[in-house]
Amino acid sequence: METLKFVIVGHVDHGKSTLIGRLLYDTNFLPADKIEEIKRVSQQLGRETEFAYLLDHLEEERLQGITIDTTQVFFKTEKRQYVIIDAPGHVEFVRNMVTGASQADAAVLIIDVQEGVREQSRRHAYIVSLLGLKQVIVVLNKMDLVNFSRERFNEVKEEMVKFLDSINMEAIFYIPISAMKGDNIVNNSDKMDWYKGPHFLESLNIFKNRGSDKDKPLIFPVQDVYKIDSKRIIVGRIEAGVIERGCPIKILPGSQITRVHSIERFLEKNDRAYAGQSVGITAEDAPFITRGDVICFPDREPVLTDKFHANIFWMAKQDFIKGERITIRCATQETTCVIETIKKRINSSTLEVIQGDGNVLRNLEAGEVIVKTKKPIVLKSFNDVCELGRFVLVQDENISAGGIVTDF
Amino acid sequence: MGSDIGHLDELEDQSIFIVREAYSQFRKVAMLWSIGKDSTTLLWLIRKAFFGKIPFPVVHIDTTYKFKEIYEFRDKYAEKWGLDLIIARNEEAIKKGICPEKGKFQCCTELKTDALKKAIEKYGFRALYLAIRRDEHGIRAKERIFSPRDEDFEWDYKNQPPELWDQYKTKAKEEEHLRIHPLLGWREIDIWEYIKREDIPMVSLYFAKEGKRYRSIGCECCCSPVDSDADTIDKIVEELKTSKTSERSGRAQDKESAYVMQKLRALGYM
Repeated sequence: METLKFVIVGHVDHGKSTLIGRLLYDTNFLPADKIEEIKRVSQQLGRETEFAYLLDHLEEERLQGITIDTTQVFFKTEKRQYVIIDAPGHVEFVRNMVTGASQADAAVLIIDVQEGVREQSRRHAYIVSLLGLKQVIVVLNKMDLVNFSRERFNEVKEEMVKFLDSINMEAIFYIPISAMKGDNIVNNSDKMDWYKGPHFLESLNIFKNRGSDKDKPLIFPVQDVYKIDSKRIIVGRIEAGVIERGCPIKILPGSQITRVHSIERFLEKNDRAYAGQSVGITAEDAPFITRGDVICFPDREPVLTDKFHANIFWMAKQDFIKGERITIRCATQETTCVIETIKKRINSSTLEVIQGDGNVLRNLEAGEVIVKTKKPIVLKSFNDVCELGRFVLVQDENISAGGIVTDF
Repeated sequence: MGSDIGHLDELEDQSIFIVREAYSQFRKVAMLWSIGKDSTTLLWLIRKAFFGKIPFPVVHIDTTYKFKEIYEFRDKYAEKWGLDLIIARNEEAIKKGICPEKGKFQCCTELKTDALKKAIEKYGFRALYLAIRRDEHGIRAKERIFSPRDEDFEWDYKNQPPELWDQYKTKAKEEEHLRIHPLLGWREIDIWEYIKREDIPMVSLYFAKEGKRYRSIGCECCCSPVDSDADTIDKIVEELKTSKTSERSGRAQDKESAYVMQKLRALGYM
């Protein structure tokens, strides 16, 4: 059975955790002792049964009624398994939202229909697009607070359609729901017969899993080299293609060409290994090879470059100054780089261009940039082999930005 | 629904990837082996990641209150798998007579967390592999794959570093050590289906005898068995598919008050 991961994003208090709690409750997916616990804690805090406590487990989260950090829960339908990633909606915790969303195949954007589109609704949608996620469903929550009004639903929907359009995104569905009351979650609500689309649970069927990268040319970034007994085993995860015993391979960024002598997996005999597998190989000659090298086929080489265009999202409290040296990591490759040009500096919520030819990026700003690396790195387009089309920038041992390569 | 080979392969490959990422970065690492089902599964994956020759020690935090089956299993497989086993005890606290009867919070903190602190100090480990999973406990669900602890061993859960895709943080100077969680995305049922597929040996306590079995094991005094007739792995998998109670319902630490686990973990508890 396949597994699909989706993240629920949106502005603080628009009901992300409540939606997840309601979904698990209505599909009978909660252990009885968990339901008891939530009822008890809700009572202790003097509230109505609060489904959000299923996920908001930190004491501070429950007392303040907000989600601080991202979490993941499991859930299953007839069709497949889901991992639901809950992301905090508060501006203070955008980094945690990015952490959660980066693990997802698809996104559900939730908007409080009474409040309408807010700062984090827009920012989260933009971050989702910056992370390269293309599948989005929008749910308009708290319909009970606007008397299930079709007019209000359409008003908010129109605003979001326009915003998504401006970042080249299109939501698959817009669904009116009430997570608190259970409308259009796992059944069609009788209070909104004007709505003809799927209820929330049904809508999830539309999300597609990531296709296999098996049929593409080989990309095998080297993680490490182990010396075990007399063997030198090159280990890593195959990001694309198939590697076979005896096949010729080239080791980038150098120009060495050799052949695969053996495929190594503990207690297994294999002649080939596929995209997605963590394997080891030995090579016929003893090539000089280290972490960060990328193994490919000699006639099907990816791009090797020290300069490329990218969209990045800066998420460290400290400003980033153009020209500053910073560590870049792409798959297992690591070198230093400078941002040569900040073509556009963008407010990630309003999409306003703060500066044309900019010289700084601040916390929560996005940038269209040109990156110049110290050593050349191996790249593929994000849509082809995503692992080699995205990168992080690391400052003081922490990830400060994520980026997607747009051109090289 | 039958077993799902594709799904288990995906989990296995991802966990091995994480294990190797951490080793490539830190080298001076160790694995915490509680001898339970999760950490024995992690040990199995680590053996796979290093082709049967684990290049670092495996640490058992011994409170002296574990089940005798746990000690027997540990000694048997430490030898069979050629492990570099370190048994870490807080001897001072044991001499002082710290025990569950005198207070469970203190007992867990001194005999587990403090014993671990001493072991890290003695051996200088920079990162530790732990077999925690998101679906066991809401607090554990908030964890990162690479999770830093500061010099006081504290987990700053309000200010965790970002992780993007498969890129993790590196270690900063002021941090005591990093916790590495390769099994974070596994569910209880995945663990059992994988144990079955790989035929991983398990402590007998998990299998039902006279209508009772342990679903989660630790110290003898603080674990209660659940009603069950599941005396084989197949029956355990079936039982989990229909179970309506949570995994740690037999664990005392989770019950004292709503946030005991959070407080224990903030102090460095596993």
